[in-house]
Amino acid sequence: VCLLCQTWHFFCFHTIKAAILIQRWYRCYMARLEMRRQYALSIFQSIEYAEEQAQLQLSSFFTFIPSDFNTAGSDVQLLEYEQTIEVPDSYHGPRLSFPLTVADTNSLLHAFKRQQQLHARYVLQLLHETKKVLKQMPNIIHLSTSYSKEITICGDLHGKLDDLLLIFYKNGLPSEENPYLFNGDFVDRGKNSIEILIILFAFLLVYPNHLHLNRGNHEDHIMNLRYGFTKEITKKYRSHSKKILNLLQDVYSWLPLAAIIDNKVLIVHGGISDATDLDFLNLFKRNKVREPSSSSSYGRRYKGDLLDVGEPMWLLHDGVNSSPLLEAQYLESSVRMPSVPPELTAKEWKQVCETNTELLQNKTKKPTCIYKWNLFVVDILWSDPKNQNGCTPNKFRGGGCCFGPDVTARLLKRYNLKMLIRSHECKQEGYEISHDGKVITIFSASNYYENGSNRGAYLKLNPDLVPRFVQYQVSKYTRQQTLHQRVSVVEWSALKSLREKLYSRRSELIAAFRQYDPNDTGRISTSEWASAVESVLNLALPWRTLRSRLVQLAQDGSVEYLSSFSDLEIDSREHMVQPALVETLYRFRTDLEIIFNIIDKDHSGLISIEEFRQTWKLFNSHLKIDIDDESIDNLAHSIDFNKDGSIDFNEFLEAFHVVNKFENKAEHCRISNLLDSCPCFSIPGLSGT
Amino acid sequence: MALAAAYVIQQEWALEGSREQRVAGKKITDAFEVFDHECNKTVDVREIGTIIRSLGCCPSEGELHDMLAEVSSLPFVIFSSILKFTKALIFSLLCRRPEYRPIPEDVLLRAFEVLDVNKCGHLTKEELVKYMTEEGEPFTQEEMEEMLSAAVDPETNTVRYKDYITMMVVDEN
Repeated sequence: VCLLCQTWHFFCFHTIKAAILIQRWYRCYMARLEMRRQYALSIFQSIEYAEEQAQLQLSSFFTFIPSDFNTAGSDVQLLEYEQTIEVPDSYHGPRLSFPLTVADTNSLLHAFKRQQQLHARYVLQLLHETKKVLKQMPNIIHLSTSYSKEITICGDLHGKLDDLLLIFYKNGLPSEENPYLFNGDFVDRGKNSIEILIILFAFLLVYPNHLHLNRGNHEDHIMNLRYGFTKEITKKYRSHSKKILNLLQDVYSWLPLAAIIDNKVLIVHGGISDATDLDFLNLFKRNKVREPSSSSSYGRRYKGDLLDVGEPMWLLHDGVNSSPLLEAQYLESSVRMPSVPPELTAKEWKQVCETNTELLQNKTKKPTCIYKWNLFVVDILWSDPKNQNGCTPNKFRGGGCCFGPDVTARLLKRYNLKMLIRSHECKQEGYEISHDGKVITIFSASNYYENGSNRGAYLKLNPDLVPRFVQYQVSKYTRQQTLHQRVSVVEWSALKSLREKLYSRRSELIAAFRQYDPNDTGRISTSEWASAVESVLNLALPWRTLRSRLVQLAQDGSVEYLSSFSDLEIDSREHMVQPALVETLYRFRTDLEIIFNIIDKDHSGLISIEEFRQTWKLFNSHLKIDIDDESIDNLAHSIDFNKDGSIDFNEFLEAFHVVNKFENKAEHCRISNLLDSCPCFSIPGLSGT
Repeated sequence: MALAAAYVIQQEWALEGSREQRVAGKKITDAFEVFDHECNKTVDVREIGTIIRSLGCCPSEGELHDMLAEVSSLPFVIFSSILKFTKALIFSLLCRRPEYRPIPEDVLLRAFEVLDVNKCGHLTKEELVKYMTEEGEPFTQEEMEEMLSAAVDPETNTVRYKDYITMMVVDEN
């Protein structure tokens, strides 16, 4: 072989080796970034599910309190009310005329793109008309691809208007030729939940046979209390918010629960369980299940024969003796008929609170009343698929089940179905295929946890029923960011949430750490630290890997457990509150806010001192926090009361937040520099997202 | 050749002694934990490559393929189910392949220099794309775009590889 060939081969050999080396190195670097992104998302997800669990517990706690929400009044009353609302000339937003046409949907889209707001009168009229249309639909709607060839299915939107607009931009507006199905969770968390509902309902009215909606677990007013939708409505619609919220509850209860396409593809928001019975599901009156979250299957699974629809079924936890009084109260409160329970006087209200508090204090476990069909609905709205066989209670969320491939296979076989499409879980790529291709998760809210946390996606189904996925990501940055930058932002945000979570349980954590540190050295081993944190926070996270980001290490590798707390503190602004209460108020502020909002019947934002005390008592009995009456009284008096003795409780609670004592300006600058502020869409194809 | 010498150094790496084994074992478990989404000591087999790499090992795609094929009896490409990977199993793999240790900066630099035929201190964007997508174990389009987004100097449209390497190393720490 001549020298030239030899040199050439020599060169090629080393080029290939060099290339492989670089590729190896690069893939290793990417894998480490991927690991950081994974645990950042795990952190967000664990915290989210733990909050959902707390919410379900709170909701079931409140089944015995008669809700005032059933004061929507008759339809006639409401119509009159709507007609009396005047739309001033100064209002430049869309003016809807019913029956709606494409002109109306266009004007709504146009208005919302410019951040305008629809006037309350039109909102109420729209909800009214929507309810009429939804009422005529069965619990499970049957669709066919034979007419329009392709149907587009979208997952959770969670109030993110940019994502909905991006979907319409990429995929076209809904029409007879372009049918859509939105699989629940339209509201909460994002800041445009009402706009999304308005758009979806408007299209529903214009194309009732081509725009389909499934109910999600967030189409539930008790979830809305915690996750932001109620607040959004109250802020945007002020004096009209109560009527809107009431009517919304009605509308929620009439949303269909499932859809079946071509008798082959089942679509529900959450998932299924081993008890899911589609025939039964189709029979009962779905509007009776107003708050699925308030009757979660937490703690008890029921298996049995079908009951006649309309017959309540009582199930109490083992070991709890039922008293006639208790049962009577459950009977009263759980049967939510359209006729309105009488408004309670202040005295009666007080009595109810006291009686229930007593009852709760006397019981070792919370009794739960579960309608069989509530259970079915909860499973449909809350369940998640898992990789291993079997059907277990969903302990991450506290409601519904985790269903394995065998459960899926059995259900699909029983009803001669090919596939299950569901949403409910945020997925990095916007979608995920599991159970051997039989279960598809579709999630349409990109950047759900944080900018850059995940893509959104929708799927298109044509008559061959093979799904085609389209991914996207709304981006607020003008220039393409590197993966490292994107991951850093998400990671930073996740760790910040986690640090605040640690801080909110500071006292308990320190007590747990001290168990391992009898000599008070301030140090414990990594394993001990991880065990203690896991046992207090109850979040299934890779604590050992996260350790270096949460706490300082000593030279010998041991953990200096107090270092997590040294740079944070709870700021309560100007409110003078005893130190002992500060941590409790911070930790439970969301729960307290919700309890308060339930008590604040007229949505005024104010409660009296007496109601404040009652709130606290309920809170105590629910969460078993021991705070004596004197402390409560002191707290009540230390808050600024205006002349008529009422306080703005929301404002009071909002004041409690964690701040960084040594405001790390450098860190803030570094992160801010990663965030260019010009908002725009990431047009697909141009930047590769 | 410089690259051959680097290979020799890597072979000196070994995990002897029970303390090192324990520490390494914990590290491996921790890495798996991050990907154990259902908290039941299982991970998706398709993520094994990422897990091994996140530990600082730099196997090539081919080496990874062989490793996984050894661990299960099925060819890598038809994996669709979950396999249980015990700590001991992966650990033994790592022990047997000491050449998977992280790639030092200077070795990386020399690799770029090999590709820099004209010895001008930078590669053009086109050159880098050609090498990465046509030679060795080619990048996917996504991988290539990702590398370019960080490596290409927007003003000159070239890859100043020395600066790039320095930046990536700083990012890591």
